Amino acid sequence: MNPLEKLGAKAVGLLRSMGDMFIFLITALFYIFVPPFKFRVLLKQIRFFGNKSLVVIVLTGAFTGMVLGLQVFYTLRKFGSEALLGPAVALSLVRELGPVLSALMVTGRAGSALTAEIGIMKITEQIDAILAMALNPIRYLIVPNIVAAIVVFPLLGAVFNLVGIYSGYIVGVKILGLSKGTYFSQIENFLGMEDIKIGFIKSVFFGLIVSWVCCWKGYTAEYGAEGVSKATTQAVVLSSVLILVSDYIIGTFYL
Amino acid sequence: MIEIIELKKRLNGQLVLKGVNLRIEDRELVAIIGRSGTGKSVLIKHLIGLFKPDSGSIIIDGMDIVRFSTRQLCKIRERFGVVFQGGALFDSMSIYDNIAFPLRERLRLSEKEIEDRVSRALDDVGLLGHEHKFPAELSGGMKKRAALARALVTEPSIVLFDEPTTGLDPITLNAIFRLIKKTHRKYNFTGIIVSHDIPEIFYIVDKVAMLEDGKIVEYGTAEQIQHSSHPVVRQFITGATEGPIEATAL
Repeated sequence: MNPLEKLGAKAVGLLRSMGDMFIFLITALFYIFVPPFKFRVLLKQIRFFGNKSLVVIVLTGAFTGMVLGLQVFYTLRKFGSEALLGPAVALSLVRELGPVLSALMVTGRAGSALTAEIGIMKITEQIDAILAMALNPIRYLIVPNIVAAIVVFPLLGAVFNLVGIYSGYIVGVKILGLSKGTYFSQIENFLGMEDIKIGFIKSVFFGLIVSWVCCWKGYTAEYGAEGVSKATTQAVVLSSVLILVSDYIIGTFYL
Repeated sequence: MIEIIELKKRLNGQLVLKGVNLRIEDRELVAIIGRSGTGKSVLIKHLIGLFKPDSGSIIIDGMDIVRFSTRQLCKIRERFGVVFQGGALFDSMSIYDNIAFPLRERLRLSEKEIEDRVSRALDDVGLLGHEHKFPAELSGGMKKRAALARALVTEPSIVLFDEPTTGLDPITLNAIFRLIKKTHRKYNFTGIIVSHDIPEIFYIVDKVAMLEDGKIVEYGTAEQIQHSSHPVVRQFITGATEGPIEATAL
């Protein structure tokens, strides 16, 4: 095979893989609306994504808010606009940092575990066992994870925002001496429903991306421990990149 | 009846099955023996559509399942029970839930009926009292028993066993084989066992097929295979390193 043929084969392979990945998503989205619905499994997966990621979300939300409070305060002071600290922190979190950082943290915490779990099910023939029982593994394994992520990501994003805004308040008001009333009233003046809506849309979209990529990578993991480890790494990297790329794309629509 | 005709399959550029022909009558218990990596598991996975052959036919009760749609394949799979190599039990479920899974998801049974059938399956394999344990808490032999119970709970007409005794000690191995024989007598299913446990496998099956170099080189009763003069079969069942099968390739 000459280099040109090799390149062509690689491109065709990549295109086929992208096509398979897309069909996988379409199939999963189709089964979301086809009964019977797996409520028990869905609740379990909501707990898996949500409850277990809560600590890390609170922790990162708190420190992000504190750093924002500190840095934005010093920047605004140069222009004599310290009073706008509240809205600056809140807008940064609600429109951008809350959805993106919470999605990145959940990808590292739950997305990687999801890929590893499905990957191990693949290599230990548990997925084949579901097929052999005349059942559909996408319906049983993938659909509950996608729905759970779509439900949980906006909630975790909201928790991140809330914790972040209060942490910014602690730094700005309690430590740096800004007035409490100014911090919150200015947030009320500047933060609108449109900003919250953008953050919400981003979170829903990130939930879909992370669950899709992580499930797909686990579902197509190659055999052996190395195969699962490779799939897990690829899932986290691809999810993170897609979160940042789609964040920009969604952001341009809502400027 | 299951009939495999000129089945060919290429995996990763290598022709694994080079034209397999095999005919299995209803309610027969047949073993497929052969060296590791000769495609025995690949062959039986074709029967439930987990692999699609490059060419050839698989006729089950007069229907060629190779040409089946996904929906038709799903329908035919309802007639199968499969015991996978490592058991393939769901780690996140108890043994009870593992066995109840195909009943809950596929058949419209009440919880009481499910309980009765799971208890009967557990009793068949000697696992009553262990139903609330998780797969990680079971020994190798118990996992195989649980996998057998799950495969039998829907009362399939065809049961596939993919190396059901891998990794077991000789006593547990014989116990599992006895259990397969006992359940075969009780449920009258058509059974296909992939194995390289020589000679134990000869004592429980009706027929044996030897797969070598992508083809069935000999097929006959256990007695016939044990006394076969085919050099490949002889070398395999005696475990000799000298012969037509190169030991370096093992």
